[in-house]
Amino acid sequence: MVKNELKVEKLNLWFGEKQILKDVTFSIPDKKITAIIGPSGCGKTTLLRCFNRMNDMTDNVKIKGKIILDGCNIYEEKTNLSSLRMKVGMVFQRPNPFPKSIFENVAFGLRVKGFKDKTRLTEIVEKSLKDAWLWNEVKDRLNSSAMELSGGQQQRLCIARALATNPEVILFDEPTSALDPQATAKIEELSVELKNSVTVVQVTHNIGQAARISDYTAFLYLGELVEFGISEKLFTVPQDKRTEEYLGGKFG
Amino acid sequence: MGLRKLKEILGINLLRLTIFISILFLFLFIILIFAKGAKMLSFSFLTQPPKSGMTKGGIFPAIIGTLYLTIFSVLFAFPIGVLSSIYLVEYAKKNFLVTIIRTAIGTLAGVPSIIFGLFGLAIFVITFGFGVSILSGSLTLGIMILPVIIKASEEAIKAVPDSFREASYALGATKRQTIIKVVIPTAIPSILTGAIMSIGRAAGETAPILFTAATFYTRKLPTSIFDEVMALPYHIYALMTEGTAPEYQVPIAYGTSVVLLGLVLVISSVSIIIRFRMRRKKKW
Ligand SMILES: Nc1ncnc2c1ncn2[C@@H]1O[C@H](COP(=O)(O)OP(=O)(O)OP(=O)(O)O)[C@@H](O)[C@H]1O
Ligand SMILES: [Mg+2]
Repeated sequence: MVKNELKVEKLNLWFGEKQILKDVTFSIPDKKITAIIGPSGCGKTTLLRCFNRMNDMTDNVKIKGKIILDGCNIYEEKTNLSSLRMKVGMVFQRPNPFPKSIFENVAFGLRVKGFKDKTRLTEIVEKSLKDAWLWNEVKDRLNSSAMELSGGQQQRLCIARALATNPEVILFDEPTSALDPQATAKIEELSVELKNSVTVVQVTHNIGQAARISDYTAFLYLGELVEFGISEKLFTVPQDKRTEEYLGGKFG
Repeated sequence: MGLRKLKEILGINLLRLTIFISILFLFLFIILIFAKGAKMLSFSFLTQPPKSGMTKGGIFPAIIGTLYLTIFSVLFAFPIGVLSSIYLVEYAKKNFLVTIIRTAIGTLAGVPSIIFGLFGLAIFVITFGFGVSILSGSLTLGIMILPVIIKASEEAIKAVPDSFREASYALGATKRQTIIKVVIPTAIPSILTGAIMSIGRAAGETAPILFTAATFYTRKLPTSIFDEVMALPYHIYALMTEGTAPEYQVPIAYGTSVVLLGLVLVISSVSIIIRFRMRRKKKW
């Protein structure tokens, strides 16, 4: 019996009049990699951004339904957005480190939380960089600008930055789409390693990538969750005709 | 050689000619001012007050006056300008009122400076009773450069990529923390460049201080912000229009011009250096 980390219940989302997510219901298992796949514009990013309530900032957005994390619906009014976002970290499509030092990038989440203990902070920064497989490349230049790193290194820095607040879940939105194959491979391996300690939800365009690294896959089509299940099964014997067509390259 | 080719060559040379004309005037300008004024420069010119009915001595009180006016006007306009631009970019909704405010700020930037002078006279000197003083002059100059600072900071803040804001929110930062810890530090080089450019403007304008702060002659240095002061641009103006001994005073006016020009050049090169150093660092 798998333990579930996040439960999505009848999630509906509109941008203005346009419904983007339709009755999405599924559960994301704890300490596994769950891939969200689907053609461009089907709502993958939008769904991912529901998990840390990043869609709240968009104008004219309307959200109905529940997402349960640690037994609480994150869409309840009493939810503290700051603590939610520390529990649910996010890594974006394009590496977006702050124009600050490497150290300050990783320390950012703790600093906004008001974390003062200098020694402990240094330890956490080091651990996060190690967990993101970046430590050896940057340990001698923690104070130089993050902008000097390569794209792949910047993306791993963003992962370290997200790890520093010790999240339960980490959301990846096509984290490798702006990277070369080598850097991509490294991030893929890293995701697999990360699932020992966190739940990974990864949006990807790349079916091969989903098949390689994910344990579970959700196929989203025109805002509907068409199929969700163990990746091996979904990729070999898809239950729905649309999944089969998508995997066969018919659209998207 | 075809007609098209001929036209092209003519066109390019016409462009070259226009550039040449602009540069020619720039050179003439610098050469003239320096030729007439540089010989006046000396240590005592910079450190002594005027003497013998403004026909001898230096311009020290005017340098000090201009420094005070400039510093106070920037101290007044910079925080207000930056905070307004933060509000306009980060908080203001896109409604009719905000559009009006934006347009008003844009228009204000184009108002002739003498009008600011009259405004300052009416409001600060008379209504508020600050008299002809550093305070009135700085506030007037401050209001004049305010739209420039707002525009520059607005551009700077808008240029901060949204991906930085998103990253900050995603790490649990509030809007306020995001603005303070991410947006402002990222935008500050460009904000400062804008502010420094406006310092040059504040230092050089005569009209806004004409009725609000400047005096033709005073030997003493200001002791409070309610004192009137001499100022470099006004000093030039006064020497050239109200002088009684032009053979001595015109060279002093040119010498003062060189000092003022030097001051403004120094300020703009500082801003160029800041911009250059920051641009090397940012690559987003
Ligand atoms: N802020 C917004 N306002 C209005 N519509 C939006 C907004 N963001 C996204 N959309 C629309 O929502 C739909 C889903 O977008 P989303 O970015 O979630 O797709 P996606 O599956 O991530 O696509 P891609 O694979 O291209 O990244 C699209 O039709 C898009 O135009
Ligand atoms: Mg997307």
